[in-house]
Amino acid sequence: MGTTLAEKLWANHLVKKGEGGAPDLIYIDLHMCHEVTSPQAFEGLRIAGRKVRRPDLTIATEDHNTPTLDIDLPIADETSRKQVDKLRENTNEFGVRIHSLGDADQGIVHVVGPQLGLTMPGMTVVCGDSHTSTHGAFGSLAFGIGTSEVEHVLATQTLPLKPFKTMAINVDGELPKGATAKDIILAIIAKIGTGGGAGYVLEYRGDAIRNLSMEGRMTICNMSIEAGARAGMIAPDETTFEYVKGRPHAPEGADWDAAVEFWKTLKTDDDAVFDTEVNLNAADLEPFITWGTNPGQGLPLSANVPSPEDFAEESDREAAKNALEYMGLTPGTPFRDITIDTVFLGSCTNGRIEDLRAAAAILQGRKKADNIRLLVVPGSARVRLQAEREGLDKIFLDFGGEWRNAGCSMCLGMNPDQLKPQERSASTSNRNFEGRQGKGGRTHLVSPLVAAATAVRGTLSSPDDLDDAPSALA
Amino acid sequence: MEKFTTHTGVGVPLRRSNVDTDQIIPAVYLKRITRTGFEDALFAAWRGDPEFILNKPEYTHGSVLVAGPDFGTGSSREHAVWALKDYGFKVVLASRYADIFRGNSGKQGLVTGVVSQENIELLWKLLETEPGKEITVSLEDRTVTCGELTVPFEIDDYVRWRLMEGLDDIGLTLRDEEAITAFEATRESWRPKTLPAKTLPKEEIVAARPVD
Repeated sequence: MGTTLAEKLWANHLVKKGEGGAPDLIYIDLHMCHEVTSPQAFEGLRIAGRKVRRPDLTIATEDHNTPTLDIDLPIADETSRKQVDKLRENTNEFGVRIHSLGDADQGIVHVVGPQLGLTMPGMTVVCGDSHTSTHGAFGSLAFGIGTSEVEHVLATQTLPLKPFKTMAINVDGELPKGATAKDIILAIIAKIGTGGGAGYVLEYRGDAIRNLSMEGRMTICNMSIEAGARAGMIAPDETTFEYVKGRPHAPEGADWDAAVEFWKTLKTDDDAVFDTEVNLNAADLEPFITWGTNPGQGLPLSANVPSPEDFAEESDREAAKNALEYMGLTPGTPFRDITIDTVFLGSCTNGRIEDLRAAAAILQGRKKADNIRLLVVPGSARVRLQAEREGLDKIFLDFGGEWRNAGCSMCLGMNPDQLKPQERSASTSNRNFEGRQGKGGRTHLVSPLVAAATAVRGTLSSPDDLDDAPSALA
Repeated sequence: MEKFTTHTGVGVPLRRSNVDTDQIIPAVYLKRITRTGFEDALFAAWRGDPEFILNKPEYTHGSVLVAGPDFGTGSSREHAVWALKDYGFKVVLASRYADIFRGNSGKQGLVTGVVSQENIELLWKLLETEPGKEITVSLEDRTVTCGELTVPFEIDDYVRWRLMEGLDDIGLTLRDEEAITAFEATRESWRPKTLPAKTLPKEEIVAARPVD
């Protein structure tokens, strides 16, 4: 019997097979760090008198806490500043590469890795951040870890792990106009639930996935964790190789040839058997939004706010009741009638150049609705530079939006970019948890296209709701 | 790490599913650079509500949390485990957990037992009928006892062994250092290294300013 892609990557990184119920020891090719989940790990090393085993496989960037305004001034929030300073001290002391605020390569860790060409097929990638699943888009085994594991990887460049189960998510058919990678993943999470992927590595397969760009694939893999999965992955192909080639850390010459030869073997064998399979037809998809307080509480934009009675399970009814109360929504209200206060365009889910281009194509020549605040936060400083070269910043500013510096920003509100209590957002980020974007804030997760159309109309909208068809979608 | 064999303490019925790590500890508390002192941050958004379970005097000193399914979803923040531990929790019982949260718990000596939802409902009823009632969790027998009721819980064999022995993961792995070194010698030259650093040419980043 053949093996799945996940199983091949596992075998390829096996340092030692666990015996008698012990976990396997897995080698880690790339370890990314940021300021929030690493200070206690470095402190642990210091206390134990340990070194970073492989500084040359480790990289750090500042993203979670960093402001998106006045980045040339000292960080105003004292605790944020201390945490960022601590990362600088730690990386300096342990010899780890860092891209600090103000550096052209600073940005959200999951945008920076691929952009530098440090993420490529066939790797194991970890970071003290659950959205590390993003890097699975390259055909790598990439997953988030806790701070104890961050310390473990710093000290040993390995992790003791039990094999994950495998789940195939087959997305066939052609994605309709106006539906995006974000809508695919929101629909998958709504289908399998926030715990549906627990214990699994998801492998996204099928024509609709193959037809996505690398950035679209990253959006999908990014939110695997929202389905509870440990990781998500997509087998590499020409699209992947093309994306990696020529990036600063991409292999060159004979190394490139050897790498591509190996990468071409990275696919699930035809006779391999997944532990579970899920099927979805892309042709049935339409713009998707979340209405509740977990990412599984999502429905097509064309639907209405559900009622708790619509759910079969008691725990789902209870969850829906709590969510509707928190979100201030009445069952039966068409989603398109929901008025939004803030539109957030950014995050490791949808803060890449293609996301900004897609939104700008809709916003060009238009003005924001009076009730809307539009925050555009590029995923990295390089994305910001690229957008400025293309004139996208002018489009956002002319529209009435704010053009910010790079970081995680309002996705999790650790910096000053937060919602006020009861303020409602349409957000291209990944989590609609209670208080995620600011205490009492209400989040609807959406695609960049829905975010842009919503900023124009002031209520949850898709590009089809706009008066004249946007040129980008013609 | 302290060895764990059995624990008896007040059970706290938390009747909620999908308690994500943003609820266990909101992001604003993650800016601290210490490993302890997170007790005030636990369930911070809910602690302001006088009706919240931990604000009821009978449950305030609880040490066994009995929660709904899909506990610990979302962010990988280990701070969620530290906050639970710093508050005084030794054990969490639920029918399903998020993987990362459960892994983090195992590293930090917080026992996470999988109990069927049916038995969780029974425990909730007992703990609500008699607030302040104690629960005994035996890691050795993998059982939870509350009054007359004894139900089993599941936990990974290896995690259980490590918790009972109080062993540190890094120390265990370093016993295999030779195997790690041997593996490193086989890694292909195309695999990327972060050092020496390569980047596109440096460019100046203009700071965005607040709008009026």
